[in-house]
Amino acid sequence: MSMQDTQASETVGSVFVDDAKFSVRSLSVRYGEDLAISNVSIDIAKTDVIAMIGASGCGKSTFLRSLNRMNDTIENCKVRGSIKLDNVDIYADKRDAVPLRARVGMVFQKPNPFPKSIYDNVAYGPKIHGLARKTADMDEIVETSLRRTGLWKEVKDRLTQPGTSLSGGQQQRLCIARTIAVSPEVILMDEPCSALDPIATATIEELIAELNSKYTIAIVTHSMQQAARVSNRTAYFHMGNLIEVNETEKVFTNPEHDLTESYITGRLG
Amino acid sequence: MDNLHLDQHISRQFNADLEQLRTGLLEMGGMVEAQLADAIQAIETADGALAEKVLKVEDEVDRREIFLDAEATTILARRQPAASDLRLVLMVIKAIRDLERMGDEASKIARMALLLNDEGEAPRGYVELRHLATKVAKLVNAALDAFARFDVYSAVKVVRDDREIDVEYQSAIRELITYMMEDPRAISRVMNIMWALRALERIGDHARNIAEHIIYLVHGMDVRHISLSEVEKNIEAQK
Repeated sequence: MSMQDTQASETVGSVFVDDAKFSVRSLSVRYGEDLAISNVSIDIAKTDVIAMIGASGCGKSTFLRSLNRMNDTIENCKVRGSIKLDNVDIYADKRDAVPLRARVGMVFQKPNPFPKSIYDNVAYGPKIHGLARKTADMDEIVETSLRRTGLWKEVKDRLTQPGTSLSGGQQQRLCIARTIAVSPEVILMDEPCSALDPIATATIEELIAELNSKYTIAIVTHSMQQAARVSNRTAYFHMGNLIEVNETEKVFTNPEHDLTESYITGRLG
Repeated sequence: MDNLHLDQHISRQFNADLEQLRTGLLEMGGMVEAQLADAIQAIETADGALAEKVLKVEDEVDRREIFLDAEATTILARRQPAASDLRLVLMVIKAIRDLERMGDEASKIARMALLLNDEGEAPRGYVELRHLATKVAKLVNAALDAFARFDVYSAVKVVRDDREIDVEYQSAIRELITYMMEDPRAISRVMNIMWALRALERIGDHARNIAEHIIYLVHGMDVRHISLSEVEKNIEAQK
């Protein structure tokens, strides 16, 4: 990639908001010599379901992973710029990222339940974060989390069975239950439905809408229809640059940038 | 000219589908234009056979409307178009409705031509009719032309020119009412001319609707029910 930090184009649209949960400024991420994202500035509002769209390799997943320092695990990854969560820079010191990841949870593309029981999958996070002292407290956290993901009725009689015994869609909801069990403030979702059938996808999308009343949600998706359905704001990435951020309705009916238009209408850019 | 780049999708079939929608609308527009021209000639020359032909064409215009509606629905269902593609499909769905209504109005004029054939020609009103018909035909042509070129400025001109047509229609009506008061024996026949004038005025309104849809198509802004100066201001702001 031949991009330089400085040549990033100006992002068009409504990039900044008043009630920012995340404030990202001049963020650049490199993997060795490769610049994955270049000079990205954006706010994510408390009430947002924000969708990140763009072609493969555009930097949208890198951006998402920067938000809870998942990139720290990659050896030659360098992050510049600032990301503030509630006005505190999450990269300011090199302290343990675990407390951050309790506040900013993540759901991955492929459902990845632990090889444990359904109960233990949900209880795992609260246990390591010391959120429940008594068994009754833990039972309550597990039940609430499973109820919130709509899974309780389906699994309440087989909580001791392995998480992997569930269907793909149920496994993904289990992973979301596991994420919300530690009471995060933000949920990051990296293509959470790409391994699911349309019915399971619809269930997850419905869940996203419900979860949004409590959590800020940022979702990376390859499905533009999904972005259009679930998000209130959409951010379009192109070759490491953040091209446009706007109300989802505007992006899909009348985008501001020609590159956004080309991408969402399936034209050759 | 194609400033919406309809032919640049990765899917060539999608290019073809949208192009078919575009040419389909223009073809339907051409039919309605011819229908209008024939209707005017039928009433002016008291040509009953021509008036009958106009009424027959109406069925074909209706069939086109249904066909294009189905095409647009298929594109929505199969392609889930977005941005300018979505606006094109929505615009076509609206515009074919306007064209179909124009066809209905042209048929009304043809029916008036048949009535005048039976009752004998009206003593007054033909000059006004010819005058308004020329302007309305031009307006329809300009609206279709603006669509063919996705030309917002021509579309704004259509919106503006339709106002003139409304003014001329009012003044023609006033004149004919005055005449009817002077000569009540002519009321029935002059009324036929007035109905034809009314149909022309409505056709002008539909041409204006199409022009407004074009502005929506190109700039994504809804300009219905706002003043012309505001429309122009918004378009300048989009530049």
